[in-house]
Amino acid sequence: MTRAGAIVASSLDLVFQTNDGPVHALSNVDLEVAPGEFISFIGPSGCGKTTLLRVIADLEQPTGGTIAVNGMTPREARLNRAYGYVFQAAGLYPWRTIEKNVRLPLEVMGYPAQERAERVSRVLDLVGLGDFGRMFPWQLSGGMQQRASIARALSFDADLLLMDEPFGALDEIVRDHLNEQLLALHARTGKTVCFVTHSIPEAVYLSTKIVVMSPRPGRIIDVIESPLPTERPLDIRESAAFLELAGRVREGLRAGHSYDE
Amino acid sequence: MRSILPIAAICFAIVTVWYVGAVGLNAKWERDQASRAGVEIGWAEIIPATMSQDRPVLPAPHQVAVEIWKTTVEKRITSKRSLVYHGWITLSATLLGFVMGVGLGILLAVGIVHNRAMDLSVMPWVISSQTVPILAVAPMIIVVLYNVGISGIVAKAAISAYLSFFPVAVGMVKGLRAPDDMQLDLMRTYNASAWQVFWKLRWPSSLPYLFASLKVAIAIALVGAIIGELPTGSQGGFGARMLNGSYYGQVLIIWSALFGAAICAALMVGAIGVAQRAVLGRTGQAR
Repeated sequence: MTRAGAIVASSLDLVFQTNDGPVHALSNVDLEVAPGEFISFIGPSGCGKTTLLRVIADLEQPTGGTIAVNGMTPREARLNRAYGYVFQAAGLYPWRTIEKNVRLPLEVMGYPAQERAERVSRVLDLVGLGDFGRMFPWQLSGGMQQRASIARALSFDADLLLMDEPFGALDEIVRDHLNEQLLALHARTGKTVCFVTHSIPEAVYLSTKIVVMSPRPGRIIDVIESPLPTERPLDIRESAAFLELAGRVREGLRAGHSYDE
Repeated sequence: MRSILPIAAICFAIVTVWYVGAVGLNAKWERDQASRAGVEIGWAEIIPATMSQDRPVLPAPHQVAVEIWKTTVEKRITSKRSLVYHGWITLSATLLGFVMGVGLGILLAVGIVHNRAMDLSVMPWVISSQTVPILAVAPMIIVVLYNVGISGIVAKAAISAYLSFFPVAVGMVKGLRAPDDMQLDLMRTYNASAWQVFWKLRWPSSLPYLFASLKVAIAIALVGAIIGELPTGSQGGFGARMLNGSYYGQVLIIWSALFGAAICAALMVGAIGVAQRAVLGRTGQAR
């Protein structure tokens, strides 16, 4: 543990070499995330928010700069199973029941059978799917599938939860509901959450810290500490503080991005 | 159950065309016989006669049905004139060859998916292996295998395997590559070993492709076994029956062997369909 902080990045750079020439996905990104924070990355598509998450997860390699995850390199963090990753789509295996899908990482990581069963039932209860363990994914709605995939990411109890637009494909009512549940989950577990989204209300509602990003090249243009209280009922979204914060995020997005393109 | 009516309609159409064809093709022989005897005959005499010839050009459906009945139900299955006896000879070679071919096909696919050198080098050979006319090569394979001490069922099975590994290899390459980037990334975030990625992700993903390939493979495995019986003057099997029938002009024997083989193929494909539904049905992957 050389450095404190769940994630510490400095002057991070990532250039993809494509057939159409180099693409500057991340440019000079500095970031510090404290343990227990809920941090959102927001920006238009192509701003590198997903790429940044993938760098943290060691699914992409930066071409410059340094990054530490829990005081380790991303690779060491991945080998230590330091994070759970939730993708845009639930990506449940259709041939496994919900229970067995949630069990998958535990099988891969070699947990003993008894502990597997305990953990599976605990995280399924946590996301409100306790009664659906024996069903197959196709029997569940999209929102329930996404909740199962969150349970899967939580099952091995990593301190860090990386979420890449997990609710992007869901309708607004389901999304509100899941946002509420996610906040409660964060409060209960105290995990560090990195959350990628392109929805301003979602970012403002969920986060303790909002990172506003802009494209070409992907960079951070503003980091906003949320003044909102930890306790956030859904109707906080009509409060003045909420709207002011949302306005500041929108300002930031507008400043960093020309809408004429 | 709704499918019964269309199936019955198609069967009825086929049988009708068949009867018309039988009358048309067999009529010449009846006319020749009549003119040789110096009598005039009309369609009223020709039509019933064409349906009960001993050596018709095209036997009528009921003649084939009677022949199949006589050589299955009315013969002991140990008799050399029993179609069941010959059927089992072919079927056992088919099943052995099918198992060998499926095993080979899966092994090749696993190699192709996991090894870049195999990916680049093996597939062209797999494809060119199937451009060889098997009917011409089968006798050579039988002779070569005989000279290294392999004959009988294993030699026939080798030809079945040669045909049936192909759809399995092609289907399984596709199936083992079915997992998308996201699913592979997920396994990577768990720091899963290659072995775990294979058993927990690639293999189950490939099963729908495997079953589709198996249906093709079992049908051509049967064809392979029959072809394997043709050149050897083999003691038994559908192939031997067909060859004997054509030597002695016994068209009915050929047709009954043909139908026996078709029924066997249909049953085997059906059995794989049942296995497919048992394995994939509950998970919503059967279709």
